[in-house]
Parts: sequence; structure tokens; C-alpha cells
Amino acid sequence: MEWETVIGLEIHAQLATRSKIFSGSSTAYGAEPNTQANLVDLGYPGVLPVLNGAAVRMAVRFGLAVGARIAPHSVFARKNYFYPDLPKGYQISQYELPIVAEGSLDILLDDGGRKRIGITRAHLEEDAGKSMHEGLPGASGIDLNRAGTPLIEIVSEPDLRSAKEAVAYMKKIHTLVRYLDICDGNMQEGSFRCDANVSVRPKGQEKFGTRAEIKNLNSFRFVEKAINYEIERQIELIESGGKVVQETRLYDPDKGETRSMRSKEEANDYRYFPDPDLLPVVLDAAFIDGVRASLPELPDEKAARFVREYGLSEYDAGVLTASRELAAFYEAVVRQVGGDAKLCANWVMGDLAAFLNKDGLEITASRVDAAGLAALVGRIADATISGKIAKDVFEAMWASGESADAIIEQKGLRQITDTGAIEQAIEEVMARNPGQLADYRSGKDKLFGFFVGQVMKATGGKANPAQLNELLKKKLAG
Amino acid sequence: MSLPAAPAATVAELVRGLAAKQFSSVELTRAYLARVAAAQPELNAFITVTGEAALAAAARADADRAAGRGGPLTGVPLAHKDIFCTEGVLTTCGSKMLANFVSPYDATVVAGLRQAGTVMLGKLNMDEFAMGSSNETSYFGPVRNPWDTARVPGGSSGGSAAAVAARIAPAATATDTGGSIRQPAALCGVTGIKPTYGRVSRYGMIAFASSLDQGGLITVSAEDAALLLGPMSGFDPRDSTSVDSPVPDYTATLTASLEGLTIGLVKEFFDDGLDAECGARIREAIAVLEKQGAKVREVSCPNLPLSVPTYYVVAPAECSSNLARFDGVRFGHRCESPKNLNDLYSRSRGEGFGAEVKRRIMTGTYVLSAGYYDAYYLKAQRVRQLISADFARAFGECDLLLGPTSPTPAFRIGDKCDDPITMYLNDIYTIGANLAGLPGMSLPCGFVGGLPVGLQLIGPHFSEARMLNAAHRYQMETDWHLRVPAAFA
Amino acid sequence: MSLNRADIENIARLARLELTETEIPVYVDSLSRIFAFVGELDRAPTAGISPMAHPLPGLAQRLRPDEVAESDHRELYQRNAPQVEAGLYVVPKVIE
Repeated sequence: MEWETVIGLEIHAQLATRSKIFSGSSTAYGAEPNTQANLVDLGYPGVLPVLNGAAVRMAVRFGLAVGARIAPHSVFARKNYFYPDLPKGYQISQYELPIVAEGSLDILLDDGGRKRIGITRAHLEEDAGKSMHEGLPGASGIDLNRAGTPLIEIVSEPDLRSAKEAVAYMKKIHTLVRYLDICDGNMQEGSFRCDANVSVRPKGQEKFGTRAEIKNLNSFRFVEKAINYEIERQIELIESGGKVVQETRLYDPDKGETRSMRSKEEANDYRYFPDPDLLPVVLDAAFIDGVRASLPELPDEKAARFVREYGLSEYDAGVLTASRELAAFYEAVVRQVGGDAKLCANWVMGDLAAFLNKDGLEITASRVDAAGLAALVGRIADATISGKIAKDVFEAMWASGESADAIIEQKGLRQITDTGAIEQAIEEVMARNPGQLADYRSGKDKLFGFFVGQVMKATGGKANPAQLNELLKKKLAG
Repeated sequence: MSLPAAPAATVAELVRGLAAKQFSSVELTRAYLARVAAAQPELNAFITVTGEAALAAAARADADRAAGRGGPLTGVPLAHKDIFCTEGVLTTCGSKMLANFVSPYDATVVAGLRQAGTVMLGKLNMDEFAMGSSNETSYFGPVRNPWDTARVPGGSSGGSAAAVAARIAPAATATDTGGSIRQPAALCGVTGIKPTYGRVSRYGMIAFASSLDQGGLITVSAEDAALLLGPMSGFDPRDSTSVDSPVPDYTATLTASLEGLTIGLVKEFFDDGLDAECGARIREAIAVLEKQGAKVREVSCPNLPLSVPTYYVVAPAECSSNLARFDGVRFGHRCESPKNLNDLYSRSRGEGFGAEVKRRIMTGTYVLSAGYYDAYYLKAQRVRQLISADFARAFGECDLLLGPTSPTPAFRIGDKCDDPITMYLNDIYTIGANLAGLPGMSLPCGFVGGLPVGLQLIGPHFSEARMLNAAHRYQMETDWHLRVPAAFA
Repeated sequence: MSLNRADIENIARLARLELTETEIPVYVDSLSRIFAFVGELDRAPTAGISPMAHPLPGLAQRLRPDEVAESDHRELYQRNAPQVEAGLYVVPKVIE
């Protein structure tokens, strides 16, 4: 039987506020346990939550960026359950009236097509603390520094049909929240993570299959692997006569498989009700318009502009706008070079990306800055060096931090554009290879490449390729 | 039993005496501490007495006065209901769960009254987590009514009412979720005020039902309440439900004329459940107000009889969630050697909470659970809307509402413990104001069989000044509020 | 409406309250009475009436400026904790 996969993602993005959503504690990552948990975060008797305005503005930024409806009236609700990392015995979240509803965004498919993914809702809520299991025999230690960190939970429609699509969607959201400056996107630190609802159904069937929820996936690779494992597990299960049960599962990256979370097996009854300690969040048009006016150019808008202004392919524009910093870097290079946008794009996406990747660096920490790369590309454009030599120059720049010009001078890499010198080199090569010359002249055109190579070798690669071609053709013709 | 003499009858007198240097705050504090100690075995009104800290604070108050600093209340002793968090002092909320809990911070109310110069004598007994109408649910034992120690003082602020009635504290803070200030004030023959929801910060007041809880006062007189209400009221940025509107000087309008005031007698308050003798006292009080120039007319709040069932859905629902934080992890009672996480939770909570608290947590858990939320919780919140609308309509026809505070005078300890419904019905006249967030007062208006009877006033939102004015004018003509039980005179 | 033993056990489990054998029948009885009593609400005509979540109408949530206003008081706050180790609150092993 042919199966169709149905996936919906719930992405949790920690909002990049300084203080927590309901208290004045710092949200900085990595502090000593429980040193950033105040009375409100600890759920002390008598304390009350007060809402952080920055968290509200960030949620609205997100909503506007995905074309969603911003609720003029949204309500915080309590989700009641007992867990040691949840100090109050309830999580303050939004339930019936979330702040953001009914948005969408487009993902780019492998075949170059676009697919629109619905965003059901995005709501504000507080993060939980963390349980530590090491070092305490038979016990767990609770650190509540993270408790109360603001989150938006972004819930997609079940529109995703493969692990690949899920990853493309998640990456798109990841790009977007960083563009919007509402989340640092740091997945290792848990700032950006997701739960995946996965089910399968016979192709053509309308009714959804029973879904399993895979919790807490904190890398794109894990999302892909966990979903693919889960799809296979469910299909095998059904095909061997079994039934998928609705449950919460955990992905084990070491084993590459998902397993049932026993602790969450007990049927949950969250007993949501409006939090009486908080009033309805009322946003008027002026507030929403103010947020709208502060939005940066968004990734899709920027990519479209790159296609339009720089003549890039949609794919290249997509790559270059994957982060705001990368796009800014690219545009700085183009601006300084004063054109050659495609050449600049090749360099940013090619050698620069490769070196960054090799050293594990972000674009903002690049050893060659935009001005440095622009200077190098400029030397290719003005024919001082060839593209091939430029690769060596770039490597030297990366290693030494020196400018392109300094390296070209030091190593004498300036391209030979003197016709006389090139002709002399050609003549020497012809003299040394009479056999090949004869063969060429008797019709073996393919040997042209051989002569190009020999002359380049003789000139240390510095001969201007266009000139060389022209002169060589003439000389070989006799 | 004989108690050392009370230094004065009211806070107003203490204020005048301190200003005139008739006595120092240290002398006052010492005198009240002595009365507290003498009455404690009989009344059990206090859970914690902070004698040493009180005397130190009194000495500072005296020094402030000598240096020309401070305000009118500087040096006035009072006591706090043990629901208010007090920094460095045991704060138990009447529960085994918090029997060892030392708050690391002050409630906004406590800080405000300290700022005003008042001296805390200690922490007052109460029904566990404010859940009760008789003070019998306290882990620290029942409080006794000073008018008859075989009887309950009412609840949940029973310690506050008994302490003020016996004049072992000149005034006391209290809280009211369904009548917990007004009902014990009525049963103990003292004055109680529950302000408008949002008038007094809830920060540091251990939550029972967040949309109903409101801090207030139990005092001898309306004038005393007016003196103390200002410093404990006002906007608090730590409480999202605190209202940002200016606090009037409640003492400024106390003696204003009642000419032109229309008082509505709520028809539903004078029902079959009201003790006939109590009803007679209320009618006598109405006559006094009419003589002062107030006009009286009957009004109806037809949905008010549904207030008790509404309350017993809404309050437990909120309480079941509010009390989830008591899990034996960060503070509070923890069971011995928990086998696993669930055992830790279930036994710590099972052992730490008393029977009534558990009953309400379970009631609330049930009404919020899947399949019952609409039928109970949402239904109750809809009826709550109807009740509020009834009040709003009534205030179109009158300025203040009047009725009894409690259907009967104080009952005997143990009398109503068997059936929760009988106990819950004690609050039949008081719960409406909480559901609608309205301010309410109870005033002593006479006696039935030697036991005090309370008259209730309810006003529109933020009408405390008008209510205190009417209450004060009534107390200018009567002396019920100045009566002291013989054993504690 | 009447509740039975299983209902009470379920509620107590959800609320994380351990009840003794003697407590259970008491709660079966008193909760049954309470739900019979609050059943009166059924008679109220509430069609078209919106639920009232808050006693003061028309108020909106205030927004706090995003400022860090707290310093570390771990030592003070953990004085009330039954069991602490290396700054962590200790609980029986959490099994995921």
C-alpha cells in the first residue's frame, strides 16, 4: 500500500527579552542553578505575574510577519499539571484566545516549487525549568532559571507531508524569528525547539491517522531523523497488523529511534481556565500599526528583491537571505564591488561559505570581512588576477588576515596581460612540444586544452585567460 | 480571667493619645502584648506573636515621633491575618502545609501599613487557607468567640475579628473571598470592610480564589477603618489586577450628611433563612439611618440566591489551581522518604492539607476537568455575570445596598462541621459582593441573646468613602460597636 | 448528582492528594452533596450570557517594561526548601 505522511509542528521559540515574561528575573543563559529564579518564578505563596510588554510586541511582530490575525483581545489561561520543573503546578499559556491566529508561510520545495504552510496559531506562554539527572543517585535536581522565560509556541496546520518539508518549514521559521530579532535561534541552548505530530494514512484517504507526538527536538537533523524513523515505525506497525496509539514519544539521538515517554502516559487533563491573576491583553490598532512600522525587510521580500535587483536565481537568493547577517554581508560586498552581483554571490555561497563551515564560524565572525572579499572580487573583475588564482589568494587572506592586494603583491600573483610576454611563453611551449603541435595542426583540436595548461603552468597560472586563448589560437594556427 | 486594661477604645483614640503624648508606642505595645498573652489560652486568636520585634518597632516609632517624623498612625499597634506574607516571620495561612514557612518578603499591605508607622503585634489565626466560615479548619486550632467562648468567631478571618472584639489588638488586617471579613466581624460585634476588588493589592496575600480575594480590615469603628484603609490601598505594579486610580482620604468625608442618600433594601436578603430576631435588629438600624436623612427603598437582585452555588464552583476551581504550588519541593510540608515523584506530591499534599482544603481542591479539580468545565465552571461564570448585572441594576436605583451580614448570630463550635452545605450557607448574604467585586461592610447593630448581630452595606465599585460615611454616621448615633465582651473589658 | 468511590479516587489522583481509607467515603458523601447543591445552577437562564472571568469589567492587562529588576537571592529563597543540593531542588528521580 502507498502511504502518505501527515506532519504538524509545534515550534517553541524563546523570545529574546531581557527579563522573564511575568517577572523581572534575567533570562540570560548559563547562570548558576536557581540564581535567576525569583519569587514569582519559584511560585512562592502570594506572588503574582505581571506581563512583560516586550514579549507581547515580539509575538505581534511574528504574527504580522506571517500575515496572521492579531487578536485585539487575547487571554492567558492556566494549564494545570504537576511536574517538578513547573513550580506553580500550572503553566501560564494561552488557550482559547491566542494572540496570533491564522497565518501562513511559503517553503521552497526541492523541485523549485513553492508550498504554502498554514500556521494555525501562535501563543505566548512561559517556559518550564530543567530537571538534572546526573550526580544525584536516585534523585533529580531542579533548576528553575529557565522557568518563566517567554516563549511563543507556533502551531502549524498538518500541512507538511515529509520530514524534508518539516525541516524546510522549521528552517524558514528559524530564519524569520532571527530576522525579527525576537529569538536568538540558538538550538543547542534550547532557544528554538519543536514537537512533531506525525501520522500516516493510506494515500487518498481523507481521514487522518492516529498521531504520535515527538517531543523536544532541538536540531534540524534530529527533526528529520526522528520523523523518518517515526514514519517507518508507524507504517511497519500498521502493515504488521498493529495500531498506532496516540502518545508522546521521545527521540533518542544515540540510538536514532523514538520511544514512548512513560511519564506522560497517564492521560492528561490540563483543566485549562482563564488565569484570574491576569487581565485580557487588549491591543488597539495604534499598537499593532506601531509594531508593523518597525518590521524589518522580511526574508521573502529580501529574496524577491535580490532576484529583481541582482539578477540572482531564486535558489541563490534564498540561500543568501537565510540570515539577515548573511544577506547584509552579501549586499555590502556587491555595493563595494559596484556590480558583478552574480560573481559576488558565487564567492559568498562558495569559498566563503566553505571556509566558514570548515571553521564552524558564523558569518558575523568571518575571518575575511565584506570589504576584504569585495577587494578580492574587485581584482578578479579588473583582471588583476584570475578566478583560479583568486581562490589561492582567498585562502591566504583567511589564514593571514592580510588584504587581497598585499597577498597579490607579496606572492607576485598579478595576472600577465602583456601580449609580448604571453606570446613568448606560447612560443616556448610550442617549441618544447613539436609532436603535439603537429597533431593539433593535423586536426586534433582537443589538444588546445593541453597547450592552455602548459602555458598557464609556464606562467605560474598568471596569464590572463582570455588573452591567452586568443593569442594561442592564432599562434597554433601558424 | 482578668486582662490588663486596654489603653483606648479605638484607633482614633490611640492616634490622638500618641499625638498628645498621653502614652508612648512602647507603652501601648506592651499593654496590648500583655492582653494578647492573657487572652491567648482562652481565644487562640494568634498563631504567632512577634513581641520583641513589636517593641523594637514601637521604640523606633517613638523616636520618629520625638524627631517630628512619621504620620498620624506612627506607633499604632495592629495585627495581621496570617495569610499576609511578613518578611522573616512565620506565615502559615493556618495550615500544616506552611507550619514552618518563613516568608522572605512582605505583602504590599504589610509594607504599606509598616510605612505608615504601624507596629505589628503578630499574626492572627484563620481558617486554613481562608477556607471556612467558623475558624474551625485552622491547623492551629479553632479561635473562640469573645462573646461566648463556646461559639465560633466566624471565618475565615476569625482571629482578626476575635482579637479586635476582645481589644487585644486595636485593629487587624483580614481578607474576604466570600464573606471572610464581614461574617466574622458580624459574629464578633466589630466593624469589617472588604474594599472593591483591585483596591488593595493582593501581592503577598496567599491566594485562595484570585478573582474573589480582597484584603481589608477588621476594626472597632468605621472611623478606624477609614484611618487605616488609605495606607493599605492603592495601585501596586506587582498585581496586574490592582486598579490604578487615586485613593481618596477616607477620613475627609466621614461626617458628611446622609441627606439625599438612597439605601436599597435587597428583597432577597430578607428571606426565610434570616433569623427573625436578627432581622429585627437590621430593621432598627434602618430606622436610625432614616432618621439621619437617608431614603430607603426596596430593590431586587433576583439571581442573588444563586450566589452560593456559583461561588462553590468558581472559588474551588481557582483554589485547586492556586494550591497546586504546594508540592513539597520548594517550600512547605514534605512527606517522609517519598518513594517516587507521585508519592512525594500525593503524600506531601495529603498530609499537609486539612479536610476542608482537600474538599475544595477536589471540588475545583472536578469542575475544571474534561467534560465538566462547561456544565460547571462556565455555567457558574455566566450566572456570576447575571448576579453582577443584578447589582448594577440595583445601583441604578440606590446609592448603597443594605441587609444582614449573616443569617444567624455565632453558632456553637462543632455545630456545623458535619455538613459542608450548612456551613457554606453562612455566607449567603456576603458572597454576592465578592462575585461582583463590590465593596462591602459589616457593622455591629445590636444583640440577640447576648450575641452580636451585623448589618451589611454593599456599595458600587470604589464607593468605600460613601460606605464609610454612612457607617460612621450610624456609629455616631449608636454604641453597639463600642460594646466589649465582659470577660475582656 | 452523585459521585462514587472511583470518581473520588480519580479526582484525588488528578489533584495529587493521597486519601486515607477513612477519608474516601467522607468525600464521596460530601462531594455528592456539593454537586447536588451546585446543580441548582442548571435552572439559571444563561443563554446568550457571556462568562465573567473577572469582577471589574473593561480592564485590560498592563504591560511591564522589559527590565531586569532582580538579583540573586538563592540562599534566602532556598531556606524554606525541604531538600537542596548544589543549588538544585532535589526530588525523587524524574523518569521521562
